[in-house]
Amino acid sequence: MPIRFEVNGRQVSVEVEPRMTLADCLRHLLRLTGTHVGCEHGVCGACTVIVDGAAVRSCLMLAVQAEGTRVVTVEGLSSDDALSPLQASFRKHHALQCGFCTPGMITTAHALLSDEPDADAARIRDVLSGNLCRCTGYIPITEAVLEARAAYRKPGSGQR
Amino acid sequence: MRTTNTFIGSPVERIEDLRFLRGKGQYVDDLSPHGMLHAAILRSAVAHGRIRSIDASAALARPGVRAVITAADIGPTVPRIPLRQEPLPVLTRFEQPVIAHGKVRYVGEPIAVVVADSAAIAEDALEAIALDIESLPVVADHRRSAAEDVLLFDENGTNLAIELTGVMGDADAAFRDAPYVRRERFRVQRHTAVPMEPRGLLAEWDSKAGRLKVSGAVKVPFAIRKVLSTQLSVAEDRIEMVENDAGAGFGVRGEFYPEDFLIPFAARFVGGSVKWIEDRREHLLATNHAREIECELEIACARDGAILALRGHGEIDMGAYIRTNAVTPGRNVVQVISGPYRIPNIHVTTALRMTNKTPVGTYRGPGRFEADFFRERLIDMAAQDLGIDRVEFRRRNLVAASEMPYSLPTVLPYDMNSECDSGDYQITLDRCLQEFGWAEKSALQGRLIDGRYHGIALGCYIEGGASGPKENARLVLDADGMVSVYVGSSAVGQGLETVLAQIAADALEIPMDRISGVFHGSTAYIHEGFGSYGSRSVVMGGSAILAAATRLREAIRVAASKRLGCAAADIEIADGGAARAPDGKTVALAELAGDGLSGEGSYASNKRTYSYGAHAAHVAVDPGTGHVALIDYMAVEDVGRIINPETLHGQTVGAIVQGLGGTFLEHLVYDADGQLLTGSLADYLMPTMSDFPNIRAVALEVHRSPNNPLGAKGAGEGGIIPVAGVIANAVASALSSLGVQPRELPLTPPRLWHLIDAARARSAPSAR
Repeated sequence: MPIRFEVNGRQVSVEVEPRMTLADCLRHLLRLTGTHVGCEHGVCGACTVIVDGAAVRSCLMLAVQAEGTRVVTVEGLSSDDALSPLQASFRKHHALQCGFCTPGMITTAHALLSDEPDADAARIRDVLSGNLCRCTGYIPITEAVLEARAAYRKPGSGQR
Repeated sequence: MRTTNTFIGSPVERIEDLRFLRGKGQYVDDLSPHGMLHAAILRSAVAHGRIRSIDASAALARPGVRAVITAADIGPTVPRIPLRQEPLPVLTRFEQPVIAHGKVRYVGEPIAVVVADSAAIAEDALEAIALDIESLPVVADHRRSAAEDVLLFDENGTNLAIELTGVMGDADAAFRDAPYVRRERFRVQRHTAVPMEPRGLLAEWDSKAGRLKVSGAVKVPFAIRKVLSTQLSVAEDRIEMVENDAGAGFGVRGEFYPEDFLIPFAARFVGGSVKWIEDRREHLLATNHAREIECELEIACARDGAILALRGHGEIDMGAYIRTNAVTPGRNVVQVISGPYRIPNIHVTTALRMTNKTPVGTYRGPGRFEADFFRERLIDMAAQDLGIDRVEFRRRNLVAASEMPYSLPTVLPYDMNSECDSGDYQITLDRCLQEFGWAEKSALQGRLIDGRYHGIALGCYIEGGASGPKENARLVLDADGMVSVYVGSSAVGQGLETVLAQIAADALEIPMDRISGVFHGSTAYIHEGFGSYGSRSVVMGGSAILAAATRLREAIRVAASKRLGCAAADIEIADGGAARAPDGKTVALAELAGDGLSGEGSYASNKRTYSYGAHAAHVAVDPGTGHVALIDYMAVEDVGRIINPETLHGQTVGAIVQGLGGTFLEHLVYDADGQLLTGSLADYLMPTMSDFPNIRAVALEVHRSPNNPLGAKGAGEGGIIPVAGVIANAVASALSSLGVQPRELPLTPPRLWHLIDAARARSAPSAR
């Protein structure tokens, strides 16, 4: 069946089987392969994308449920020119190794810091504990997200 | 000319991150050539059985199904997967056929491959295959295996694959005369690596040219190609193995699995391209398991705490087949049982027993994690018995710098020897105590504070790395004056491109941004490569790059000298990408590239490097729940020479957390019928970000390895090795007033709660 939704600021129309997950739709139909599939049962978080501002496991959402939504993937948070402050912080803190869980970490952290730019270490750990990483031991990821907070604080909003 | 290295030793940010952070990595499932078909694999649902019949006609009749492949389609003889490491004729009897025929021996064993237009159609069609399997009694553990009343391979007449022995001196004599001995039984549970990206392969068969291209190769692509060439009867030079980005390995990814034959075979069978991507349940059933061993270990000491001997026997649950590197963990248990300690008499054996479970292989720190758990636990018990401080006990027994190189036990029947290459084990112990704050924290020892018992412990270890035999590299001066690095090492997400670019740039005395790329693993890049295993890439690949760089520099000098009219020896290679004569005249490297300049280099060695270190932990145990909180964890290691402190730190901390997973959480649980009960990541628990936030690590470069030109030592696995021993000792220390002694992993809350409960019952029977 046909669906229409917005991906990374662009309107897309695709024909999907009702049983197709949003993850498979993004990866295989729209060729946005930055979204990774690590478990297909909602535990590992590698497939996390942002749907209408919320971090969502795209392996647990059907593509048809995306009808009319705004979806942002890791590609939508990236530019060819420079790394975003969050990405640069990940690089600086060595918060990735194999890179497979990384897109899910970036999208989840972005969604968190967009809502809560002052999240403390405990809050960051709590939210990101739904994303598994087998390489880093997580400590550098916490450090990277903590340092990236500054970039999410709106100037003049009084937030510190 | 530079007199010091610029990049080696610097925390250079990783090259790989630029694509990974943008979602531009290219993993095998990201490849979708036009017309590609998809494979799904029918796996045995019974642990032990005789295949009576397979009827695929209904599956084959489904729309979109292109082929169903079973043993009957593969040929009169079904190929077996040969051992890559420690092969012996006695072991080949237990090798795995690439597809089940006659019998199935574990849940998850491949029986048929469906090839279809989509992965969904292929998976749906699996259900339409009619399978008749006669169930046989199940050998679900090493005890049943040893009973030998049910055999996995009737023709072999035994379930015992091999017994390995680590031997040094005369252990029996030492025990006969020893004033103190203690014997204990320990157990490590079945668990494994579980990288975040499941395995996957894309095989493309070109019928016209008779050529095969396999993407998704990693770890040992050349070794895989060799096996595939024999099994498919396709010449090696007609098979190209492509290494893509890989979502980590930790030992399990990239060995030759049944699918490494089945998917290429399927591609040739249908005359096109076939992709197979493992799902997570499949991964937990099909990819190598590890670690399951029960071991009785005995220590003999003098009254002053000098360890006189170790003697013991381990029973290893191998699963249903002896896979490519399945012998390595058992070998390591008997070889590193003494760790960093001077133990003159050793006799330790491991029996490798076949069971109806997923076959095992190496997982980061194979055998070393297990052996260190046994030894370090036993040392703490012996120290307590003898009334000697645990630190002092270890200090007394550590191999001294003056004893280097120090021989480890000989492994029989292989007659395999290895020696610790260099080091002063007291240095890392002292530094660890100091960084950890051992003296201050000792005051907390065994105390009950706010309802939790506090305990501290430490452990020492060695890490064998730099597995041989050889590595090759080729450096090419490109038309734009940049240098491309081609190497036989393989990237499994460890930051190989960055680290080898650092080494190449320093060796060539050029800026790192003049290295256009490090091209690794794939068979098209180099004539022969040996890959990445046993913490070998930096030492072996890096040393090969040094040799290649010397050749390329020489070629540049000769080419430049002709243009600049001076002796080749007088040419300097300047930072700006030019060669300079003594009179100041220069020629751009880009100009010289027209001469087709390159340098090839090799490095061969079978001598391992031995990093070493000490870890310490502070835990708090809640006696009401059995929960253990990790308050502090400190790791100190000496790796000889640090290429990139950031990537090294990442290896160490990541390995420690994996070790904590194996110590507290991870368990592949089977029932008596050989069914895996933990087939999802909701059941197989791995550490999350909130579990172990307090870990510190310090890396030193005090004693370089004398065995390679870099002076570096393998350092990818050390972090995991001592973790279980240190943690279990800390828990025992915390609960010392109750006399609790953990002997089995994982240290789950229920297990500890039961130990605490039993200890209380023992100490105060009347109160209950």
